[in-house]
Amino acid sequence: MTATARTSSSATHPAPAAGFDVERARRDFPILRQTVRGRPLVYLDNAATTQKPQAVIDAISRYYGEENANIHRGVHFLSERATEEYEGARKTVQRFLNAAQENEIVFVRGATEAINLVAQSFGRMRVGAGDEVLITAMEHHSNIVPWQILCEQQGARLQVAPIDDRGELLLDELEKRLGPRTRIVAVTHVSNALGTVNPVGQIVELAHARGIPVLVDGAQAAPHLRVDVQALDCDFYVFSGHKVYGPTGIGALYGKAALLDAMPPYQGGGEMILSVTFEKTVYNKAPHKFEAGTPHIAGAAGLRAALEYVSGLGIEAIGAHESELLEYATGRFAAIPGMRLIGTAPEKAGVLSFVLDPVHAHDVGTILDNEGIAIRTGHHCAQPVMQRFGIPATARASFGLYNTREEVDALVRGIDKVRGVFAR
Amino acid sequence: MSDLRELYQELILEHYSAPRNYRPMAASLQAEGYNPLCGDHFTIYLDMDGDVIRDVSFQGSGCAISKASASMMTQSVKGKTKTQAEDMFREFLHLVMGQAAGNGTADRLGKLAVFAGVSEFPVRVKCATLAWHTLRAALEGKQSATSTE
Repeated sequence: MTATARTSSSATHPAPAAGFDVERARRDFPILRQTVRGRPLVYLDNAATTQKPQAVIDAISRYYGEENANIHRGVHFLSERATEEYEGARKTVQRFLNAAQENEIVFVRGATEAINLVAQSFGRMRVGAGDEVLITAMEHHSNIVPWQILCEQQGARLQVAPIDDRGELLLDELEKRLGPRTRIVAVTHVSNALGTVNPVGQIVELAHARGIPVLVDGAQAAPHLRVDVQALDCDFYVFSGHKVYGPTGIGALYGKAALLDAMPPYQGGGEMILSVTFEKTVYNKAPHKFEAGTPHIAGAAGLRAALEYVSGLGIEAIGAHESELLEYATGRFAAIPGMRLIGTAPEKAGVLSFVLDPVHAHDVGTILDNEGIAIRTGHHCAQPVMQRFGIPATARASFGLYNTREEVDALVRGIDKVRGVFAR
Repeated sequence: MSDLRELYQELILEHYSAPRNYRPMAASLQAEGYNPLCGDHFTIYLDMDGDVIRDVSFQGSGCAISKASASMMTQSVKGKTKTQAEDMFREFLHLVMGQAAGNGTADRLGKLAVFAGVSEFPVRVKCATLAWHTLRAALEGKQSATSTE
């Protein structure tokens, strides 16, 4: 991919990140061509879900149009093709995460289901009465509630590592909470509400030094950063397909083979068994042991296309483009009266969370929507983060590979409009 | 912009920046209301004289629509009976849901008619009605927090 030379209309627009042609990438996303409320769509809600490139839409369509069948036990042609599609997707996920083996990849509905799977399977096996589960104060509800449920079931305690006023994890405080009863650490790679990138490699080292396994929630990281589970040495890594330009309803759990092999099944049913009698059922091996029922085969085909698309553009190039946008937007936001950024950690990815005094986030969202600009408002399923900063809600703009400086400019103009409506 | 001005009427913005009856009160009845989607949270305090709302106040945080609605609601129901307040809520619901055309609702609601613009913004109906749901819970003596979900 080569960068096209672009002449900038304004001196405040430095050249785009080299090696990434955003205008060309935008053409891959049919949804971006539409207008919303009479204006070009400015989609800045990528941390909630990303839009889908034509390649993903085509892959799903092709699967249903040409390959649809149930997988694994069919003797017929289509079943073989569908099985190849599904297992091929597993290999693509393996490469995307740089997992050592393809049987370390379990297909799930998304990051939420993956965490629930680990909590209920690994968690019920390893966490007992009086034991502890350690998370951080910046987790999404999906990396809090499954552990709370587990702790309630097992009589265990949930421990929380605090964050500072910039939204950075206090690593020494996390280390203090790694105790003799800590059975697992579950930490987000990138915070959905703050954008903070956590030093997950360091966290894994600290935990492993005490023999404690680590789950990394990669839902917000996979679209922005190169993930290498072998380099991280994490025990579990989870992500959702729909946040990395793939379909909804499909995601993956990476688990080290030895752990997955030792873990009991999460759900029972077809696919996850080798043999069933009323007296005894023999479970299949991992990953199939964790994939009860007919899976989301079309979703896997779409996810494969999405990961191939992202890898084709280059995840580093995408990350660099988004970082540059984030830096540009942060600079422009600094000049807006009443603006307060929530989440100002030095290491951030993709997310600009803010409050605009005296306007409530919900009103910001409505007025921007009227300008065709889609952002998210509310607590972002991270209510403890809102409580930490003493605010009920934030407005959040989050960037994807197809966003542009011009869209950041539109956002800033939209915020000016918000201020205009509330100017008294 | 015209739709936005319908929503963000001058009177609504004015009540948002200077809410009336915005104070806690030693109350004979009170209730909490919460919108889990956006974090809006209000407490309504009622000083009842039999069936009559002798005084009403509120506290909490929310968007312009929810806070102004709470503020103007306290003005509207003060001195009304429980039944009158409940009737007013029904009319208000019709108004913000766009079901009040031509039946005199707007006249009967007086100043509250400025919330008619909400009907063009369906996701904001819950903002406009949070305080009213909470008022009803308080009038019914409900102890648990009222949620819009």
